[in-house]
Amino acid sequence: MTKRIEARFEQCRAEGRAALVTYVMAGDPDPETSLQILKSLPKAGADIVEFGLPFTDPMADGPAIQAAGLRALKVGQDTVRTLDLIRRFRAEDADTPVILMGYFNPIFVYGVDRFLADAKEAGVDGLIVVDLPPEEDDELCLPALKAGLAFIRLATPTTDDRRLPAVLANTAGFVYYVSITGITGAATPDFGKVATAVERIKRHTPLPVVVGFGVKSGAHAAAVAEGADGVVVGSALIDALKNTLDAEDRATAGTIEAVTKLVKELSDGVRSVAKRAAA
Amino acid sequence: MSAQAQPNSFRTGPDERGHFGQFGGRFVAETLMPNILELEKAYEEARNDPAFHADMAYFSTHYIGRPSPLYFAERMTEHLGGAKIYFKREELNHTGAHKVNNVLGQILLARRMGKKRIIAETGAGQHGVATATLCARFGLDCVVYMGAVDVERQKPNVFRMNMLGAKVVPVQSGTRTLKDAMNEALRDWVTNVSDTFYCIGTVAGPHPYPAMVRDFQCVIGTETREQMMEAEGRLPDSLVACIGGGSNAIGLFHPFLDDKDIEIYGVEAAGHGLDKLHAASLSGGRPGVLHGNRTYLLMDPDGQIQDAHSISAGLDYPGIGPEHAWLHEIGRVTYLSATDQEALDAFQLCSRLEGILPALEPSHALAKVMELAPQKPKDHLMVVNISGRGDKDLFQIAEHLGNQIV
Repeated sequence: MTKRIEARFEQCRAEGRAALVTYVMAGDPDPETSLQILKSLPKAGADIVEFGLPFTDPMADGPAIQAAGLRALKVGQDTVRTLDLIRRFRAEDADTPVILMGYFNPIFVYGVDRFLADAKEAGVDGLIVVDLPPEEDDELCLPALKAGLAFIRLATPTTDDRRLPAVLANTAGFVYYVSITGITGAATPDFGKVATAVERIKRHTPLPVVVGFGVKSGAHAAAVAEGADGVVVGSALIDALKNTLDAEDRATAGTIEAVTKLVKELSDGVRSVAKRAAA
Repeated sequence: MSAQAQPNSFRTGPDERGHFGQFGGRFVAETLMPNILELEKAYEEARNDPAFHADMAYFSTHYIGRPSPLYFAERMTEHLGGAKIYFKREELNHTGAHKVNNVLGQILLARRMGKKRIIAETGAGQHGVATATLCARFGLDCVVYMGAVDVERQKPNVFRMNMLGAKVVPVQSGTRTLKDAMNEALRDWVTNVSDTFYCIGTVAGPHPYPAMVRDFQCVIGTETREQMMEAEGRLPDSLVACIGGGSNAIGLFHPFLDDKDIEIYGVEAAGHGLDKLHAASLSGGRPGVLHGNRTYLLMDPDGQIQDAHSISAGLDYPGIGPEHAWLHEIGRVTYLSATDQEALDAFQLCSRLEGILPALEPSHALAKVMELAPQKPKDHLMVVNISGRGDKDLFQIAEHLGNQIV
């Protein structure tokens, strides 16, 4: 059921490298530009793409992603339109896994069953919903697994060994290790500690472990790639995008290229680290 | 009453997962979950520890000034010509509102847990002031998040917090009001989980907060029962309280929920009117998930949270505590609403008839007392919770009434 995700990690392993996972916000700065960016990401070296579902109150995100969500909402982005963009992406790209990442309220309001059916049909492979810990698995995680969508869980430095099994129990696709206790786009972690943390998680699961929060450059990506199966970058891409917008937050000629340029740098970083191919 | 089956008791919630019917829960980021479980455990231990209760009792009496009086509002009663009206005088507490009851409990708990840094969100500033006060008393670091809009309209309270040694952080994100202050406090907590205690000001947020804050506020209703027995030899016939998140209301209501003959009224803020900008989540919202719990929220068809509006910063929140959402759905409590104008009228009436300046928040409750009391017989005993004093609102009220104070 997580075929595209499994195949992509398989491919990265075969190439002896970590995967690059990129995050951009759906509808930021406008729907068409965000679709063009989404399409350009795999070409620039992204292996898996995360698409943000905008929400007014993203309580685990820093200023960059908050502002991106508000820009998207201002131009009328909503869940229906976001699924539409994914449908159009999927029409041209059958292989790149698409992960929808956001908060539960817009999904709850859309209707869980209807959302899962529509997301699956649009070509979504997995979901990351920040405010649904394992204690709330009945809400979306279990129905998503039943519908054939991976529910990707965040593990954090506060998730101790006693709690990890519960966090990993219904996780599918991959595990997303949040490398800091903090919000997105904030501190840069001590990358030396990341490998140890990933090892700890891997003792509890056969799933690939990707690492995010605080990765801003090709060098960071390379450092994380040393110890993880994948590297997630979000706020840095959104910052790059934002820096090209005009005074009214509209896209300019350089917007798409600013994002793809950074993705290329990150991709080079990830690819600079040779890993043993899985046996 | 709704068609739903009625429970034997309305006072047993929440269940072990923090649910009141379909409401409540623990909708938070994984980073916070271990903290929330630790808090739940620590609270359970404290709740069953006589030493904790002894500390609560000592500081309630000698620091807050409890019990607060139950006062017969004779002139208001005469003027309205119906029910016999009693005020529960929570505005006489140290710091001027009911908020301090909850903060005392949470700060004593934070001390037991060895947490040295306290964070809080505040709307009107009353919860921030109460938190800053107890942090000063116990020598704890205090950071208060407050929407930039609220900082502007509640300046006296910002100054009070500063004098008490707290750091007030104006929140510039989103709508720059209470909901954004809560987002920012949660972001701080996610970042500083190990040494920080989040002191939530109302009966909202992830489990165990709604139940814990309620328990700390129940002193209001428990005292009211005893005081009314002493004054009238029987329990009241009706209770009225205003609702933003709903902590003063649940504190008054909860000890009476199983006395099924007692009418209970919660009053939301109808702002400019329910068909315009308002803050009445039950009257104008629907179920959703925000700030760690499922409850009634003001939102657009896509589930995006909408701006609330109320003249009262303390009621200016697009959600409501999950237990109120449940009490609304099962029909035990009747939820009404009062507009900005109705609250201003009630403020003036109360000030002139009783010599008590109520805060704008309980002025909403008083506005509905003005409607309900005349419909009741003279032997009907009605209690309204005067949850805070109006001093903090004077500048704003003056502006609305077309006066300049200075």
